[in-house]
Amino acid sequence: MLSPVAIRRWSWVHQWSSLVCTVFMLLLCLTGLPLVFHHEIGHLLDTEVETPAMPANTPRASLDQVLAAAQALHPQRVVQFASQPEDGDALWFVTLTPTPAPTDDFKSIAVDARTGAVLSERPVGEGFMHVMFRLHVDLFAGLAGKLFLGLMGLLLLVAIVTGVVLYAPFMRKLRFGEVRQHRSTRVKWLDLHNLLGIVTLTWALVVGATGMVNTWADLVIQYWQHDQLSALLKPYEGQPIVPAIERGPLQHSLEAAQAKAPGTRLSFIAFPGTSFSSPHHNTFFLRGNTPLTSRLLQPVLVDARTAQVTAAPQLPWYVTALLVSQPLHFGDYGGMPMKIIWALLDIATIAVLGSGLYLWVRRKAPAAATQTPSTPPGKGQPLVATALTHGKHTA
Amino acid sequence: MKKSSFLAMWGWPLALAVLSASGLASALVSDTWGDWWSWLGLGLPVAVMGWHAWPRSRALPAPVAPASHHRCGADNACTPHSTHR
Repeated sequence: MLSPVAIRRWSWVHQWSSLVCTVFMLLLCLTGLPLVFHHEIGHLLDTEVETPAMPANTPRASLDQVLAAAQALHPQRVVQFASQPEDGDALWFVTLTPTPAPTDDFKSIAVDARTGAVLSERPVGEGFMHVMFRLHVDLFAGLAGKLFLGLMGLLLLVAIVTGVVLYAPFMRKLRFGEVRQHRSTRVKWLDLHNLLGIVTLTWALVVGATGMVNTWADLVIQYWQHDQLSALLKPYEGQPIVPAIERGPLQHSLEAAQAKAPGTRLSFIAFPGTSFSSPHHNTFFLRGNTPLTSRLLQPVLVDARTAQVTAAPQLPWYVTALLVSQPLHFGDYGGMPMKIIWALLDIATIAVLGSGLYLWVRRKAPAAATQTPSTPPGKGQPLVATALTHGKHTA
Repeated sequence: MKKSSFLAMWGWPLALAVLSASGLASALVSDTWGDWWSWLGLGLPVAVMGWHAWPRSRALPAPVAPASHHRCGADNACTPHSTHR
């Protein structure tokens, strides 16, 4: 059992860790809500690309044809990535940028994988969902914004853990789930805060922790390149990026990569000099075909000149952890019912944040009349300790 | 802390935490039973929240022994309410 001093200390940590992150967490919960349904909203807003129906055995256009079609729209740009959507291989998305360096200035061209015809140029960097996405991911501030939100996520985790510690002293005289509806509004919200907080505990911990891990994604990928790829690229040291004109046929590279990892499907290709490849390779990222391995990626580095496989390194544990943490954050791995539950839990979390803020704002007002002499309401009186004495007196 | 008082306090939270965690994990490893279990494992805690948080017009009965008591809502529907599930 916690001593009064211990309760005061835990309360202080709970109060300040949550106060600092609450505004950002409210923002993340609100922007995350539409992002859970981004696929459905995309269909509604007609921003999803639809492929014309064709028989399943329709022959495919070669990868070189697909890229040439996209490149023709923007001859002055370079192709950084090409990807295929998770739910079908009838489509290619080709990303074109001014240089191979990471940038926000990119064009995304959808090309039919059967005919090699351009289907649409997806609008990027605009619209409601883009604003939601950027506010959720980096506050329009790039890596610094991501890391800042990651820090706020860490504070949320601290607030959750301290909240669990404080659950016991609050609930000593109450049954699980009891909400004292007929006491003051403050007592009612205190009980709701405890109820919603303890029930959403596991989900909030997992979504908070995986969100925090995702803010480190850029750094994890960079470390992986440094850690693992630099050894593989030793023989190429000092060579410049392979010029487009000297590159071998991409279709051959693709086939070589797929032969190296049978039973996989393509996720995306990173071209020479881009952040997910080396200056000398087309790197093919292949995913498995079971529910779990479809979340993991097998990189295959194919020499851009010779179209020969250089290496297919095993993903290190930290990249695997990053990839597995993504579905756990997005809630996109259990169909529509899971998305709806995700949204409900998100709304419950908004209620926990909102009620916590309310309890802090009203930390003195109604309690003043019922304070015990030993705990006078005063400057620096911790929120939870006040709430606790108040709760006892009104119970 | 006595065993019974520990369960009275933490029985529900622990059960719901284990249920949520199993639901989060199951959909990762299976697209059939795993998805179904995840809907149950994550949906049940949401239902429990809704049940308790829903405003009632009548005061609830006073607490009784957690192993046996029943709870009646405003609609007179009584539901077994126990920490030993």
